[in-house]
Amino acid sequence: MILKPRLEDVQVIGYYLGKIIMGIALAMLVPIGIGLAFAETNPVLDFVIAIEITLLVGLLLTKLCFTTKDLNWMQGMIVVSLSWLAAMLLGAIPLALSLHWNSYLDACFDAMSGFATTGLTLIQDLDHLSYTHNIWRHLIMFIGGQGIVIVALSFFVKSYSGAFRMYVGEARDERILPNVIYTARFLWLVSIVYLILGTLALGSTSLFGGMRPAHAFFHGACIFMAAFDTGGFAPQSQNILFYHNFSLEAVTMVIMILGALNFKLHYQVWSGHRKEIIKNIETLTFLVTVMLSFLVIGIGLNQSGLYPQALVFFRKGFYQLISGHTGTGYQTIYASQLVNEWSPLSLVGLMSAMALGGAVSSTTGAIKMLRVGVIFKAFLEDIKRIILPERAVVVQKLHHIKDVFLEDKLARSALLITLAYLALYGFGAIMGMFMGYPLLDSLFESISAAANVGLSCGLTQADMPTLLKITYIFQMWVGRLEFMSVFTLIGVFVAAVKGR
Amino acid sequence: MRIKFLVLTLALCTLSFTLVFAQSVSSEDLIKNAWEYDGKTVVYEGEVIGDIMRRKEFAWVNVKEGKSAIGIWVPHALLQDVAYSGSYKSKGDTVKVRGIFHRACPEHGGDLDIHAEALSVTSRGRTVTERMNLDKRNTAVMLLGALCLVWISSLFIRK
Repeated sequence: MILKPRLEDVQVIGYYLGKIIMGIALAMLVPIGIGLAFAETNPVLDFVIAIEITLLVGLLLTKLCFTTKDLNWMQGMIVVSLSWLAAMLLGAIPLALSLHWNSYLDACFDAMSGFATTGLTLIQDLDHLSYTHNIWRHLIMFIGGQGIVIVALSFFVKSYSGAFRMYVGEARDERILPNVIYTARFLWLVSIVYLILGTLALGSTSLFGGMRPAHAFFHGACIFMAAFDTGGFAPQSQNILFYHNFSLEAVTMVIMILGALNFKLHYQVWSGHRKEIIKNIETLTFLVTVMLSFLVIGIGLNQSGLYPQALVFFRKGFYQLISGHTGTGYQTIYASQLVNEWSPLSLVGLMSAMALGGAVSSTTGAIKMLRVGVIFKAFLEDIKRIILPERAVVVQKLHHIKDVFLEDKLARSALLITLAYLALYGFGAIMGMFMGYPLLDSLFESISAAANVGLSCGLTQADMPTLLKITYIFQMWVGRLEFMSVFTLIGVFVAAVKGR
Repeated sequence: MRIKFLVLTLALCTLSFTLVFAQSVSSEDLIKNAWEYDGKTVVYEGEVIGDIMRRKEFAWVNVKEGKSAIGIWVPHALLQDVAYSGSYKSKGDTVKVRGIFHRACPEHGGDLDIHAEALSVTSRGRTVTERMNLDKRNTAVMLLGALCLVWISSLFIRK
């Protein structure tokens, strides 16, 4: 028997959702500050309107649904999935008001793309966008990369168990510190330290590359936020190609890799356990998959004779691979060059890397390295079982922060999530083909959206069909939250209709 | 000496004439058919956007035509005339460039670019004066009123 959600559930969900919405409103103060500094009147007004609407919604929810009760698992999951939708709807308001997006739906597309750290965009005339809106585009990637709920956990939520349920709902099942709120604060500490260092490094390279100082450091901050959070937005329409700067490309590659590593691994390294980097199953898997996909891309590019020089091959082939594998989506080539010039084999190599993604508990999307490593180990275990005598006891271990025995439960969970991702990639590809696009383009863009990558072969444009825009928004949302909280939300809707 | 001077003047006039009246190629065409244009001299026209990035005697200028911008590698001396580059607060100068197109420039790490031989400003940019949007201001004031109302009522309801 399915039970209808009770009024009490709605009240608890509404209350915590309201708190998270207040957190989003707080984040809007940053672009207002930037807008005032650069004396951009109308963009500041866009954000004043947006912050007022956001506060109004947040205030109404927290006051009308006021409760002292804690979240249970179902409520925690629902709060997470709804808060991402609310972030999209409210975060899109200032974007839509700027008139750089053709419709509110397009602004919602970019807001979801930003929060989910995807990087696909429908913006018009990005090169004339204000600093105020530009910092918001990148800030939402920074917030989304850490997790929207993490913002609220750090500042507003005091209950530990409820906080943990939301933390898990946001596709982070690993606590770095015993207390989940301290974990959230640690994530911010890591990110802000890297933000300062990264902005300095990127700002300096841009400065030496000939940019004006204020622009160099503004661009540096924006690019850092989008690179570390594996997002892929950039302040100019040419993306990274705008800078024509090898040093900047090299720095972004390092930042993208740092962003794709598990925060738990960052913690281990910060605590002095540097050997963890070479022992961890995720880093080892990442190394292997990078090498394998680079081999495929290399053969493909070599066949077409696209980049004959080694440096060119590195800056175009390897850069796109690292960008795709880490789920960032920074490009040093034009979107249409991918389909027009890259051979199908090199595209397949790139798509495979995109589909795999970075580490769990990092800012990346997609299947993720731990699951790939676990599936590979489970596969090895099964082969060993066949080869070795029947009486032999086969034990498979893996190292992820500590040595772990590979249990069936772990392998099953990794395989299920992997299958769910493959289905999501397939769903988007079918929708693309349904709209009349070729298979390879549809599959590429679908993986890019669902794995929160952001590399584009040129299919994502403001004039693409509305249904496809909605499909990609759905894919970005589900892909970022790793299914469970979205499935719970769907389940609750079904229960509300069919339940007693 | 006089003949040499005449020939040089004629050559320069022809070059400027070619630059001004030659049919420019669109960015979309150049990017889509990069193999065809690779290594050829092209004429390209568009708006200067973002920073002009100086590199010793040369500079990178990104010129936007249609939906895409293309990087132009240009001797810095040719940029004396460029005064505005496109941003939120300015519309950039429109420039016409004649130069060699590279699909994957070996000198610049494989960037799709144009090495400019000649560049001229065809339309002057301008500073965009921003006027406060009164509709937005009024909406902001109304919403502030609504927000205060909700906040004050919530205090009473709680009491």
